[in-house]
Amino acid sequence: MTFVLTWLIGRLPIGWLQLQHNRTRLLSAVGGVTFANVLIFMQLGFMGALFESSVKAHRSWNADIVIASSDFRSIRELNPLPRARMFQALAVDGVAEAECLYVAPKTWTDPETGDTTTFRVTGVRPDAHAFKDERIQSQLHLLREGDVGLVDEGSRQFNPHISENIARDGVHQVEIAGRRLELRGLFHQGASFDADGALVVSDQTFFRMLPQFRAGTPSFILVRCDAGADVERVMADINASFSEADARAFTMEGIVRAEQSYQRRQTPIGFVFSFGIVIGFIVGLVMVYQVLTTDVQDHLPEYATFKAIGYSSWYFLSVVFEEALSLATLGFFPGLMISLVLYHVAAEATALPITMPWTRPLMVSGFTLLMCTISGALATRRLAQADPADLF
Amino acid sequence: MGPASTDSPRMLADSPHSVPAIETRGLCHSFGGGEAKLEVLHSIDLKIERGEVIILMGPSGSGKTTLLTLVGCLRSVQTGSAKLLGQELLGADERHLMNMRRHLGFIFQAHNLHNSLSALQNVRMGLEVHGRASLKQWRVACENTLKLVGLGDRLHYLPGKLSGGQKQRVAIARALVGNPDVVFADEPTAALDRATGQQVVSLLRRLADERKTTVFIVTHDHRILDYADRIVRMEEGRIIDSTTAVQDLAE
Ligand SMILES: Nc1ncnc2c1ncn2[C@@H]1O[C@H](COP(=O)(O)OP(=O)(O)OP(=O)(O)O)[C@@H](O)[C@H]1O
Ligand SMILES: [Mg+2]
Repeated sequence: MTFVLTWLIGRLPIGWLQLQHNRTRLLSAVGGVTFANVLIFMQLGFMGALFESSVKAHRSWNADIVIASSDFRSIRELNPLPRARMFQALAVDGVAEAECLYVAPKTWTDPETGDTTTFRVTGVRPDAHAFKDERIQSQLHLLREGDVGLVDEGSRQFNPHISENIARDGVHQVEIAGRRLELRGLFHQGASFDADGALVVSDQTFFRMLPQFRAGTPSFILVRCDAGADVERVMADINASFSEADARAFTMEGIVRAEQSYQRRQTPIGFVFSFGIVIGFIVGLVMVYQVLTTDVQDHLPEYATFKAIGYSSWYFLSVVFEEALSLATLGFFPGLMISLVLYHVAAEATALPITMPWTRPLMVSGFTLLMCTISGALATRRLAQADPADLF
Repeated sequence: MGPASTDSPRMLADSPHSVPAIETRGLCHSFGGGEAKLEVLHSIDLKIERGEVIILMGPSGSGKTTLLTLVGCLRSVQTGSAKLLGQELLGADERHLMNMRRHLGFIFQAHNLHNSLSALQNVRMGLEVHGRASLKQWRVACENTLKLVGLGDRLHYLPGKLSGGQKQRVAIARALVGNPDVVFADEPTAALDRATGQQVVSLLRRLADERKTTVFIVTHDHRILDYADRIVRMEEGRIIDSTTAVQDLAE
C-alpha cells in the first residue's frame, strides 16, 4: 500500500502512514465517513423511491402522448377533462389510437387482517391496448365480465391469501364500497407514498364503484401515434386543436417530469429528504474535521521539523488532503455496502422501489470527496502554528 | 543582494569556497514589543569560514539558540546583517528562507522524528525535500547514512522501538543525508552517552574535513571541545571571546 502510494504521489504518503499509525483515530474517522455516507444514501434512496414510485402508474401506460386536464399537477390531485378532447385528438394527423382512463383512490379494509389499503383504482375499456405492462394488458379481457378486478401483488402488506386463492380457484372475492368484487388476476406495480397499491377494473365497474364519475369526464386520455410520427409535433398539434384550454397534451416524458417536479416542489417530502442529505453531509464534515484537526495538532512538532528542513506550506496542505482523501475512500465503500443491505431491508418493509442506480454511488462519492476536502481545508488552518523557530 | 536575485540551489552550493559560510555584522535581536521589549542579542559580529567546526558556549539564557535560529533561517533577522553562504538574510521573505534551509542540516535537541515513519523513511524525508530528482538513488544514500551513524541494522524500526540515543542518531542521519553545506546542532550530545556523543561529533569533524561542510555546534559539553577549530563564548547577548581550540585547551 505504502509502496503503491509512494509511487503514485512521488513522495512518502505521510498522511496515510500517520492515519494508519493511530488505529482508533482512523477507525473513528472512517466510521464518521461511513455513517455520513449511509445517511446520505438512505435519504437519496427514499427520495429516489418517491420519484420512481410516483410515476410507476404513468410508466405502465401504453401511450406516446397523455392528455390531462389543463391544470394537471399530479395523479394525486386529478381534475377530469371532457371526453370530447379525445375525438379532437383523434382527428389530428399522426394520431393512431386514443383511450380514456379513469383514475381515483379507494380504500378497502381486508376483513381477514383488518388492514386498510388505499388502492389507486384505474378504470379502462377491457378491449383497450392501454398498458405497456404485459401482465396487466394480457389479463384485461378478464374484465369484460362486470365486478372483476386485477390487483397489485406488490401492494404494501399484501395479504398472501389473495394470491393463493387466485392461483388455486382463479378468484378471490372482496367487498369494496359495499359492492362485491372478484379479484381474478395479479400484476406487480408496488406502493407509492400516497397509495398502497393499484387496482385495475373495467370502466363500467369503475363507475359502479365510484358513482360520482361519469364516462364523459375521464382523468386521462392515452394517445398512440402512427409509427414514425414526430411525437413532439403531434403533441403540439393536439394542443393547438383544442377548442378550449381545459386540457393539455404531454409527451410521456413530459407527464413523468411534471409529476416528479410536483413531488419535488409541492410536497414536503422532497424538502425533508434534501434536508436529510444536508444533515448527513454536515455530520460527516464535522467528524472528519475533528479527526483531522487533532491529527494536525498532534503532529505540529514533526511538521515544524519538516519546515525547518525546508518543506513548504504546500507540502503540509497536501499531507492533510491526502489524509482527507484516504478517509473518503476508506469510508465510502463500507458505506455503500451497508446502504445496499439497508436498501434491501427498507424495500421489503415499505414496498417502495428503493434501488441503487449506478449513478448514485458516483454522486455520493463526489459528495464524500467534497465533504472530506472541506474538512481538510478547515483543518489546515492549524498548520500555521507549526513554527520551526520554536523547535530549539 | 536582495531576495529577488535568489540563486538556484545548485549555484549556491557551487558558490566559491572563499565566501564565508556565515558572516554577521551588528546583528541584534529582541523579543516582545512595546514596554516588554527585550533585546537578547547585542550587535553580534561573527565570521565562520567554509569547512570550519565551531562550538558556541555560554551560560543559559545568553542567546546561543537565538543566534543559531537567526543564521539558520528559522527566524527573521530584525536589524544588522547576517549572510549565509553569501546570501543576505535581512529582509528575506519566507520563500527565500525556505530555499536557503534546504542547504542546511539541523540536529535538534529533541529529535522530532516522525513516529509513523521507519528510521529509513525518516531519513528519506531529508532527501525528498530536494525534489524527485534527488530520489533516484535514495535507498543507497539513506542506508549509507544510517550505517554511518551505526544504525545499519535498524533500518525498518519505528522510532517507538528505538532508544533515545538511537533516535538522535536517526535525526542526525536525516540532517546529513542531503549533503548540507552547513550543519547546525543545538546540544546534539545531550541525549547521548559519552561514546556515542564522541562518535557523532567526530563524524561531523570528518564531514568538515572531507566535504568542506561547515559545522556550528551549541553545547555545554566540555568533552567534545577538542573537535572544534574555534570556540566562541557568549554572555548576555554578546560575544566575549573567540579562541582557537588549541589556545582554549592550553588555558
Ligand atoms: N520566543 C521567545 N520569546 C521571548 N523570549 C525569548 C524567546 N526565546 C528566547 N527568549 C529569551 O531570550 C534569551 C536568550 O534565549 P536563548 O534560548 O537564545 O538562550 P540560550 O543561550 O540558548 O540558553 P540555553 O543554554 O538555556 O539553551 C533568554 O532570556 C530567553 O528567555
Ligand atoms: Mg538554547
